[in-house]
Amino acid sequence: MSSTETKNETATEEIAAEIKGKLIPIYIMGHKYEVPETLTIMKAMEYAGYKFIRGCGCRDGKCGACSTVYRKPGDYHIYNALACQTQVEPEMYLTQIPFYPANRAIYNYEELTPVPEEIFKLYPELFRCVACNACTKICPKDIPVMDVVSYLKQGNITKAAELSFDCIQCGLCASRCMGELPQYHIFQLARRIYGGKIAPKAKHLAEAVIVIKDGKYDEMLHELMNTDEKELRKIYEERELEPEITGEDWRPKDRKFLLEVES
Amino acid sequence: MAYTEELKNLIKVVEKTRPERVETKRMGGGFPPMSLEERADILKYHPDFKEEGRREIKIGPSKGYRIPNEMVDLLEARSRVDPDAIDLSQIDYETDVLIIGGGGAGTAAALLAQEHGAKVIIANKLRHGDSNTIMAEGGIQAASKLEKDSPAYHYLDTIGGGHFKNDPELLFTLVTEAPDVIQWLEDLGTMLYKFPDGRLETLPLAGFCRKRGHTAGDTTGMEIMRTIRDEARNRPDDITVLEFSPAVELILNEQGHCAGVVLYNMETEEYFIAKAKAVIMATGGCGRLHIQGFMTTNHYGATADGLVLCYRVGVGLRFLHTVQYHPTGIIFPEQIEGALVTEKFRGAGANVVNIDGEQFVYEREPRDVESSAIIRECMERGKGVPTPIGRLGVWLDSPMIDILLGEGTVKRQFPGKVNQFERYGIDISKEPMLIYPTLHYQNGGLEYKFSGETSVPGLFVAGEVGGGVHGENRLFGNSLLDVLVFGRIAGTNAATYAQEKAKEGKLTLEHVKAYHKQLEEAGIVTDRVAPMLLPDYTDPKVRERQLTAHYVGTLR
Ligand SMILES: Cc1cc2nc3c(=O)[nH]c(=O)nc-3n(C[C@H](O)[C@H](O)[C@H](O)COP(=O)(O)OP(=O)(O)OC[C@H]3O[C@@H](n4cnc5c(N)ncnc54)[C@H](O)[C@@H]3O)c2cc1C
Ligand code: FES
Repeated sequence: MSSTETKNETATEEIAAEIKGKLIPIYIMGHKYEVPETLTIMKAMEYAGYKFIRGCGCRDGKCGACSTVYRKPGDYHIYNALACQTQVEPEMYLTQIPFYPANRAIYNYEELTPVPEEIFKLYPELFRCVACNACTKICPKDIPVMDVVSYLKQGNITKAAELSFDCIQCGLCASRCMGELPQYHIFQLARRIYGGKIAPKAKHLAEAVIVIKDGKYDEMLHELMNTDEKELRKIYEERELEPEITGEDWRPKDRKFLLEVES
Repeated sequence: MAYTEELKNLIKVVEKTRPERVETKRMGGGFPPMSLEERADILKYHPDFKEEGRREIKIGPSKGYRIPNEMVDLLEARSRVDPDAIDLSQIDYETDVLIIGGGGAGTAAALLAQEHGAKVIIANKLRHGDSNTIMAEGGIQAASKLEKDSPAYHYLDTIGGGHFKNDPELLFTLVTEAPDVIQWLEDLGTMLYKFPDGRLETLPLAGFCRKRGHTAGDTTGMEIMRTIRDEARNRPDDITVLEFSPAVELILNEQGHCAGVVLYNMETEEYFIAKAKAVIMATGGCGRLHIQGFMTTNHYGATADGLVLCYRVGVGLRFLHTVQYHPTGIIFPEQIEGALVTEKFRGAGANVVNIDGEQFVYEREPRDVESSAIIRECMERGKGVPTPIGRLGVWLDSPMIDILLGEGTVKRQFPGKVNQFERYGIDISKEPMLIYPTLHYQNGGLEYKFSGETSVPGLFVAGEVGGGVHGENRLFGNSLLDVLVFGRIAGTNAATYAQEKAKEGKLTLEHVKAYHKQLEEAGIVTDRVAPMLLPDYTDPKVRERQLTAHYVGTLR
């Protein structure tokens, strides 16, 4: 068969090494390496011979393990990157910041009340923010970090929770902060207060938990557990499907496996 | 990196056939779905059915079971350490419950074990939370709207998805604990998507007869993981987390009970002994084994370590003959290869087409069927689209969506994907995506009971590392649920076990020696060691120059 077949069959990331493309120089913590121009910073470092223990997690932009800072020649700016998501550039000189110490307050979540004072008490450094905006500039997820801090200072937990939702807790903000804030920990606290103590609770969920814990569905389930495969297939194939585009008020015609419950 | 000139030329072929395909779609036509016979026939292209991709395990509790070669390689391997070199009288850590793996299952277990009075250690290979859990996007299933849904429908959907092979007891537990898990998340402050009155939003996910998928946008796993991790961090007196310290061997005691683990500090390369009254295995999946060379959606540490450790102490395996491949993984740009492209693109009308711009499969076949058709198109029919580094993929014609449903639909419905491709100069509302199946989920795993117990007293299992609840095929949104349901149960029961049933006894690694002996007796002569811990992506040329490194995990 074609040679491309074997290619797909070794389609691991190891293949990065086989890339024939143009090599460009990059500087990893000051040391120059020639790497294929198409690689991400993460794969370029592996190509160069690094084997990650730290600085690598999901490899898909979701965990914040691989935060990286770099500069370009003749440019005073400092740039941010997630090593797993960002392509190398010629002459970039970079370092990963796989860990940055940040103070995290310990609290009893159950006893917290949904008022901003709770956050002020746990993180008084919130008021040390000098509004330099370095945190927002370094954020690889484009969160308006400084605005979130401002909302919290104003006591708007809801807004802070919403605006910080995409945070992957990489810690770059804390590394740049003049006021020495651990922003990502503070935002986590805000989101938990919002999610559990400000957002309205789901009543249908609480009801479902009680009815199911009560064993109301056990008999029905045990019957299914003891149904033979042939019959089970039939029941499966005949089950009524909820149409994709329906509102919350849709009700099935076939109520075979439903119980009458309040809602 | 934007599409190369070659690929741009090939896109013109797709553009040429597009108007007619759009017209057909508008008329409700298109490539016909396969009949059941056709499905059965095309499945021979599925990696699970490739006989040379599997072999029998020659030793151990599931001797004779045919599973992927990459897994057998790890099971037929030696310990990383010489058991005689380890001094078991030197205890470095001692605790009630030791949890191996700090993903969703491990962290849920830690919280519940602590609440039941146990001192807990979580030993994790990477940072706490760097896991498959944090990567989950779509949602978590639970029958929370009883006016139209029930645990019985959840049961039916799941067992149908699993080819009617699921373990009924495990499945009963899964569906009846589900709403409780969602409420637990709500109470811990997870920001689940809700209507203004607090009613939970639920999405229709593939394979389910009711809208039952609870979400936190397309980062559901991240929101769950960071919330429960934050709570674990609030209990530092009782929950200790050791990072970059994978377990490399289980320790038994003279009664044959599980009584601890050997930990390996990957940074200092030291081995440590941790003694425990109960151990929970929660190491997650195996995507980084790159079974049959497939790219993967999984995190860096998904290397099946838990299977290896538990197999050596006698825990059997099930449903590992099936592995889940997601049909649409990104294959270009290479930087983001393996990453998921959600099924929702096909749902919204995007065709899957070959190098000639022709449709070759109905775009809404089940995952295994769709994957098989794509593999056949590339590997047998020679109709794949070559990428610049010589791989093959097919087009997912996303621009059709805007034509069918109106300009701007792609941007509105798929902001995350649009963004991810934009960074490489590709506009997926105007240009199609190149895709190929990607290794996604370990359907099977270790044998365990609905109490989390295994055949070894004191050893519990939770999460993706276990097998049975999903049968031969896991459905979307059932895995986040699985890890939380069984993580909580394992944590609770391990704590009780530690207080009531655990027996003191001399620690031993005799089982490792016995395993080595079995290997020899079966004629398996190998210098392979397991668990793997981390995959190796070093350039082979560099490796040749690294004269003092062994390159088996991080072992030197
Ligand atoms: C991209 C992606 C999208 C997904 N989307 C969904 C979805 O929408 N809905 C859904 O329900 N499911 C989804 N899944 C599946 C689901 O996320 C996982 O199956 C589940 O989260 C696994 O949880 P776990 O706790 O068992 O394992 P993990 O979360 O992977 O945690 C295991 C942990 O153990 C660690 N570990 C491994 N080996 C060792 C060792 N030797 N010693 C110590 N620690 C070790 C790992 O590093 C990791 O931190 C998705 C998976 C992926 C990859
Ligand atoms: S490795 Fe997880 S964000 Fe880069």
